[in-house]
Amino acid sequence: MVKKKDITNGLPDPSELMEEIIAKYPPKIAKKRKKALVANNPDEGPEIQANVRTIPGIITQRGCTYAGCKGVVLGPTRDIINLVHGPIGCSFYAWLTRRNQTKPAEGEDNFMTYAFSTDMQDENIVFGGEAKLKDAIREAYAIFQPKAIGIFSTCPVGLIGDDVHSVARDMKAELGINIFGFSCEGYRGVSQSAGHHIANNGVFTHVVGNNDRPREGKFQVNLLGEYNIGGDAFELERLFEEAGITLLSTFSGNSTIKSMEYSHTADLNMVMCHRSINYIAEMMEEKYGIPWIKVNFIGAESTAKSLKKCAEYFDDDELTAKVDAIIARETTKVEAIKAKVKPKTEGKLAMMFVGGSRAHHYQDLFRELGVTTVSAGYEFAHRDDYEGRHVIPNIKIDADTRNIEDLTVTKDEELYRGDLAEKKKALLEKGYRFSDYDGMMPEMNKNALVVDDVNHWETEKLIEFYKPDVFCAGIKEKYVVQKYGVPLKQLHSYDYGGPYAGFEGAINFYVEMERMLGTDIWKLVDAPWKHEPEIVGSFAINE
Amino acid sequence: MRKVAIYGKGGIGKSTTTQNTVAGLVEAGKNVMVVGCDPKADSTRLLLGGLAQKTVLDTLREEGEDVELDDIVREGYNGVRCVESGGPEPGVGCAGRGIITSINLLEQLGAWDEKFAIDYTFYDVLGDVVCGGFAMPIREGKAEEIYIVVSGEMMAMYAANNICKGIKKYAEAGGVRLGGLICNSRNVDNESAMIEELAKQLGTQMIHFVPRDNMVQRAEINRKTVIDYEPEHNQANEYRALAKAIDENEMFVIPKPLEIEELEKLLIDFGIAN
Repeated sequence: MVKKKDITNGLPDPSELMEEIIAKYPPKIAKKRKKALVANNPDEGPEIQANVRTIPGIITQRGCTYAGCKGVVLGPTRDIINLVHGPIGCSFYAWLTRRNQTKPAEGEDNFMTYAFSTDMQDENIVFGGEAKLKDAIREAYAIFQPKAIGIFSTCPVGLIGDDVHSVARDMKAELGINIFGFSCEGYRGVSQSAGHHIANNGVFTHVVGNNDRPREGKFQVNLLGEYNIGGDAFELERLFEEAGITLLSTFSGNSTIKSMEYSHTADLNMVMCHRSINYIAEMMEEKYGIPWIKVNFIGAESTAKSLKKCAEYFDDDELTAKVDAIIARETTKVEAIKAKVKPKTEGKLAMMFVGGSRAHHYQDLFRELGVTTVSAGYEFAHRDDYEGRHVIPNIKIDADTRNIEDLTVTKDEELYRGDLAEKKKALLEKGYRFSDYDGMMPEMNKNALVVDDVNHWETEKLIEFYKPDVFCAGIKEKYVVQKYGVPLKQLHSYDYGGPYAGFEGAINFYVEMERMLGTDIWKLVDAPWKHEPEIVGSFAINE
Repeated sequence: MRKVAIYGKGGIGKSTTTQNTVAGLVEAGKNVMVVGCDPKADSTRLLLGGLAQKTVLDTLREEGEDVELDDIVREGYNGVRCVESGGPEPGVGCAGRGIITSINLLEQLGAWDEKFAIDYTFYDVLGDVVCGGFAMPIREGKAEEIYIVVSGEMMAMYAANNICKGIKKYAEAGGVRLGGLICNSRNVDNESAMIEELAKQLGTQMIHFVPRDNMVQRAEINRKTVIDYEPEHNQANEYRALAKAIDENEMFVIPKPLEIEELEKLLIDFGIAN
């Protein structure tokens, strides 16, 4: 059996491990990767390199810009036809792979179960694909009569210069429904992060603000950066509903374009995944005066904290009482399961390399189980997601970032909520925090190894060094890690589990970890004959 | 079979020179195939007596996979086999990809089958080598010898030098070689001497100097090559001489492209600045 790291006196200094990892690289690459591996020091706030190009040839976890735009941000929205303009593979492999769930009302549109593609052929590359795209839009409209169609550009579309935006304008005029395009070709940015930004810009320009619906609830909020993986959103919706908080729209778990159209009538935006959606939060505040706060509904304590923060914002006695009652009731349930599971998980070690916020949020859940995160990192986050938003003015804006448009948003004189701006001002004076995110690193232990855009070589060295009890990443890493005898929990798709958000989600996760960390199966990964001979015998030579 | 590609700056006279030269080779008894690699599909107009030909890509688009060689190859002047690759309208799609597709299709259909006993294939390629598609004829051993049409004008020489960079890139990986520069005169001062010097510095030769003569345009307006339209004219003899020089050529090199300063110096030493 491998000997566990003793972390009773704090995490081990990872300097030697870092040197060993770096030593393998050619000098130029070593210089670059060195800046992406940081031994954490929460008191000093070290700088980490993030959101820069992946080194060619390295096995990265990252996805492409198209994946970020189509798969992540718009993928979970059910009443829009997400039409992929390109060869068929891009459409098929971005189709529901994240296990985004949705719950349409009786008779309501749900197109998520279909994969729409223009299925470009050689001929469309040579002669241009605009005509085929128009035909595809007409065909989709004739069959489904959707209220909206989004067009997503794959790599060849940008290479041959098909103008998806002019096609969108023409078809919008022809069919009289909302049609808009995204120039989200896979190569546009260093990772899927660029695709999130492009999606945010498109949704804000073409959808948000289309319907100035009159107020329907006393406390109207949007939830941003929640993608309803494994049913997360359903659990959160249950909590909001019971508390009397009207959730106008989620960007974009269990969402509809219809709800996004009136999302600008909210009183507050709550941001879960800061990386993928902060752009819309910022733009909605500039244009409509809606303040945003950072929340986290992963982990029972974080959920309670986030609900309280929301109640505090509205400062309403009835709401506060309801929220407190929900928290008290749910906490009792959570604590009962935790008391049963925690003794089995306490002292275990976890590592997580995933997303642009999950590697941070899930540390809260593990902390509740007494599991220490020894190493973590994001696939596509930026420095502010690691170090906190205070570093934003110091982030170097490189050419890759400039390649993605930053929308200039101006105040909507008619709809701007001066009252909310006033409210924000008053709350700020009391120490309430808006538009803020401290990032992952200040909450991690000293000497925890933080790695941005981790690759397979580094993953293997990390496993050898830390011998973690559980590794969290995605499908691309799953089997390599498990061959090391370490169970891997997918935090993109949740494997076949979930929800893990909110209180019920926390319980699900505790039970899942009890199962994954409790099993002995991983000790059987090595074949018996690897350690001892299968048959023992001797032979004699006859004279 | 010799596989020849003609490159050169846009408007320099590649198609005209190619077809007139091909006429010379055909007249001398050679069996020639011309593959036009220009979306405008005008590389075989003089050999076919008009733009009547259906392009490979149009045929592929209309017929689907069910394309026969006879649908896309037409016989022109004295039995020369003519193919036009074709391509998209300006500003849409990818003409480079189109050339790749159509050359691949020609190969699959057996356009170069032994039964055709082809002595020469000429690829007439649009303008500069702007992208991978237009480099197709010099990649993967499709064309083995390149002739660059050039004049004494600076931009034509600049383009010729750039094309040499492309040839050098593929020469190192494959078998393509530069056979020489064809000077299609624009009546620039010292033109012949200057192109001879450029050729020397590139490590190649000026294989022929084609003087400027309005007979070329006169034949062209009648959709014919000079040899076809006015076989006794001196300009016909010039093309016959060029055809002969290519047929007898034994100088195939990997070019040494010039630095821009060297190119400018050449113009100062020989050109109008002199």
